[in-house]
Amino acid sequence: MTVVPAQLQRTPLFHRHVALGARMIGFGGWEMPVRYDGITSEHHAVRQRAGIFDLSHMGELWLSGPGAGAALAYALVSDPPRLKVGRAHYSMICTPQGGIIDDLIVYRVADERFLVVPNAANVPAVAEALRHRLAGFEAALDDASLRTSLIAVQGPKARSILAPLTELPLESLPYYAIAEGHAAGVPAYVARTGYTGEDGFELFVHADAALDAWDRICQAGREGGLAVAGLGARDTLRLEAGMPLYGNELDLATTPLEAGQGRIVKLDKESDFVGRAALASALEEGPTRSLIGLSLHGRGIARHGHPVHGPDGADPIGLVTSGTLSPTLGKAIAMAYVPRASSATGTMLEVRIRTSHVPAEVVELPFYQRPP
Amino acid sequence: MDVPDDLHYTPDHEWLRRAGDEGTIGITAYAADELGDVVFVELPKTGGRLESGSVFGTIESVKTASDLYAPVTGEVTAVNDALSSTPELVNSDPYGEGWMIRVRLDDGSAVDALEDAAAYRTRIGG
Repeated sequence: MTVVPAQLQRTPLFHRHVALGARMIGFGGWEMPVRYDGITSEHHAVRQRAGIFDLSHMGELWLSGPGAGAALAYALVSDPPRLKVGRAHYSMICTPQGGIIDDLIVYRVADERFLVVPNAANVPAVAEALRHRLAGFEAALDDASLRTSLIAVQGPKARSILAPLTELPLESLPYYAIAEGHAAGVPAYVARTGYTGEDGFELFVHADAALDAWDRICQAGREGGLAVAGLGARDTLRLEAGMPLYGNELDLATTPLEAGQGRIVKLDKESDFVGRAALASALEEGPTRSLIGLSLHGRGIARHGHPVHGPDGADPIGLVTSGTLSPTLGKAIAMAYVPRASSATGTMLEVRIRTSHVPAEVVELPFYQRPP
Repeated sequence: MDVPDDLHYTPDHEWLRRAGDEGTIGITAYAADELGDVVFVELPKTGGRLESGSVFGTIESVKTASDLYAPVTGEVTAVNDALSSTPELVNSDPYGEGWMIRVRLDDGSAVDALEDAAAYRTRIGG
């Protein structure tokens, strides 16, 4: 039985999840649905049709003012002033030593207005770091996390389900773009972003409007086979898509370079930024360890924390960060950190699962890519 | 949640169905539901020994892995091979086709130490 501590926060959709038969768990300080019918069926629904997720636990931090872009360029590893209005990119906020405080998405919704979306558990740390780092810039931070709900609709049918519910031209909204308007009868920012490896949309709405929006989307999606999906399916979907999860692949002891995210670190941007010197020298030296994908060749499922060994089975050389039985591929997959010398595609390694050593092959990430 | 009256139960949510000096072992509907979609079951081999209270196997769902605890001491006389290709039987039919192993009991009276259906129902709050 999962015991849920009393201090967990609840999203405006909490009672809807319970009514839908969700199993609720504590996640990032929130009481969230981990599954409804079952992780596997929810996972397949998102890959084949569409799924709707309550992501209201995620943070929403607004940066506004003439210096908002410059403040973010200083605070993050990416270069938000390069974003056109209405576009977004994946970014990270690092310590001066280059360790990852959080990974996040930055949306530029107006010339001087940015929306930063961190992980639920990291909202306080990210808000504090941003507040500290925007000192001296003409920018103000507004933490709208508690008054904002986030509803994601993901899957090949996401667009056809949502299109009748909004005046926004979804078919012409590019990947990693955001538009302001109405959706499902309520004011919303609609972004073409997600964490599943499928086409899909994320709707930022006022917390008071979340239940109305959720119910309307569920109603409209019934014919298209829209399924309610929990954090369990979100995790297997993102893992197949090779996307890192903070706390598993990313943490304060890990740099964006080790995590295979060097492309988002803009060492060529005009301004200085927190972590620049550390990341520049890390890039020059080359990371000593790399995040890899593993495909298991034996029986068993590699999980977070399982040791990775070389083919000789001697001392462990790394650790599994995430692993599951891939519902789409029907085989056990995992991500792991190993020394760079053992990270080449095709290298045969071993994962120790309890008492047995299971052969595992280094494979390219992502494990799954949606058909074009 | 289904808790058949004719079975014996452990606090770790295994069930045992006794037939003479043999017992069939599986996990309860409650446990299967708690785990979610079962994707892998690791069981001992026929002929192996089982010690009451010790781990005899592992069950994995999409989300998590859990140990299986032996309700009794004895020798494994049969293993449900169907679970290697269709582990989801544990979810769909936990007291039937989702059975795991059959054991020849060293001491038939050991079964009396297990919980009856009423006690197990109370344990899971049902």
